[in-house]
Amino acid sequence: MSTLGVWVGAILTLGILSFLYKDNPFYKVAEAIFLGISAGYWFVSLFYQSLLPKLFDNLGLTKLFGASNTDGALQTLFVQGKFSGQLWYLVAGALGVMMLIRLFPKGGWISRWPLAFIVGTTSGLYFTRYLASNAYAQISATLKDFVVAGHPGFLGWTNLNNLVVLVGVVSGLTYFYFSKEHKGTVGATAKVGVYFLMVTFGASFGYTVMSRMSLLIGRLDFLYRIWLGLIK
Amino acid sequence: MAIENKGFWQKLMTIDRRIIFIFIFVAISVPMFLKIELKIPVSPEVESLYQTISKLPDGAKVLVSLDYDPGSEPELQPMAETFFTYCLQRKFKVIVIGLWPQGAIQAEHARIVAEEKVGRKFEYGVDYINLGYQAGNEMVIQGMGSSIPQTFSVDYFGTPTTSFPIMQGVTNFSNIDYVFNLSAGYPGTVEWVLFAVDRFNVILGAGNTAVQAPQVYPYLGKQLKGILGGMKGGAEFEILTGLKGRAVKYMVGQTFAHTIIVLFILIANIAYFATRGKEKGKTV
Repeated sequence: MSTLGVWVGAILTLGILSFLYKDNPFYKVAEAIFLGISAGYWFVSLFYQSLLPKLFDNLGLTKLFGASNTDGALQTLFVQGKFSGQLWYLVAGALGVMMLIRLFPKGGWISRWPLAFIVGTTSGLYFTRYLASNAYAQISATLKDFVVAGHPGFLGWTNLNNLVVLVGVVSGLTYFYFSKEHKGTVGATAKVGVYFLMVTFGASFGYTVMSRMSLLIGRLDFLYRIWLGLIK
Repeated sequence: MAIENKGFWQKLMTIDRRIIFIFIFVAISVPMFLKIELKIPVSPEVESLYQTISKLPDGAKVLVSLDYDPGSEPELQPMAETFFTYCLQRKFKVIVIGLWPQGAIQAEHARIVAEEKVGRKFEYGVDYINLGYQAGNEMVIQGMGSSIPQTFSVDYFGTPTTSFPIMQGVTNFSNIDYVFNLSAGYPGTVEWVLFAVDRFNVILGAGNTAVQAPQVYPYLGKQLKGILGGMKGGAEFEILTGLKGRAVKYMVGQTFAHTIIVLFILIANIAYFATRGKEKGKTV
């Protein structure tokens, strides 16, 4: 990273961190720069890495304007007189344009068609995958032997873990079973389920804290090591 | 109603949040300047990942998918550096892809660090190839299951993929010995499990940000052969591979910061219970 880049990075980092004291213009400027650059970066990145190679190259528009030597669907169709599978990208391009018509209030309804296409294909794609991976495979992984051969006795760690998984799954599911009032045995089981859920959320929160601390460590490491050169 | 003549616990209940920030700042900063190293126990999920890759033969073909951006660099970049260093030592053939646009760039940074550590370079196209980013999220994984060269027709630098020796004999996942995924969200590990593991029987190990790790833990075992969860997972991996790096170093500050947070939670709870009766008495 160049010296100028390091200094800009350091000043903007301090600008963002200054929000911890209180909201201030220094923070606002850093935030606005971050948002602006992010939007610009994503636009350019998606244009060059998605729109250009996927749509314009495949349709042959880049060759038409002299930006590429490779034939696309248009060249195959009008020069060679053949139909190419790349013509399907015309449909994708049309759906993309239909999505943008959302920007015009009167034609907003047209964007529902590409949205419907996206929702439909995603549902179809995920339905089988979720069923196989998140239902069947998870159920299979939950159904474990009570006494695992090779492990000492019923109170061995493996067996104990399997018991905890069983109790956790059954009581957790009971908590989300609303067809019967949570009283008596069902109520007690649901309460155990709540404790399992609380432990899960606690672990998740602990991981989140670790993640946020990691980000702070990363920024401070940048300031101390790369910017100030205080540590090696 | 304002509380007059606040007691010790009542003052704690209204402590300025910036004081807590200073504590955290000091807890993370000070260890950076000290040469302290913590004893980090290795968890079974990291051990599992290490055992899986250690059983691969020298020269095995490994696919690495870097699905993150610089925002997750403190957690995932040390994992990438260690994994590439290990691959270089074991002479694995590394094929890099990214389902996130910046993934391929992160891979290049990690490769340079790995080469400096080992003192030897990957021979591009023979030991290592960067196929770059491909738009399409899970559809890219699905496409790779049919044909990797068709899904990635050119590499990161625009050269046709099939012209490289490393890609000879690589048709789809069946020609890949192991897949390592570094993930910070969508698309990431969940999509790799759904579309590569359960459909094409890929052997998958993953390194995740700590936020994402709890989401992928249920897959551990049959579907996922090991997880590196957050910075701690990265540090454990560095210990197992004998390649201590940034994650091990950062864990000192991480531990100090967590200790401070736990202490503040305890103090806040004690203060809450100590002042609860008084608050009730004043407001009723």
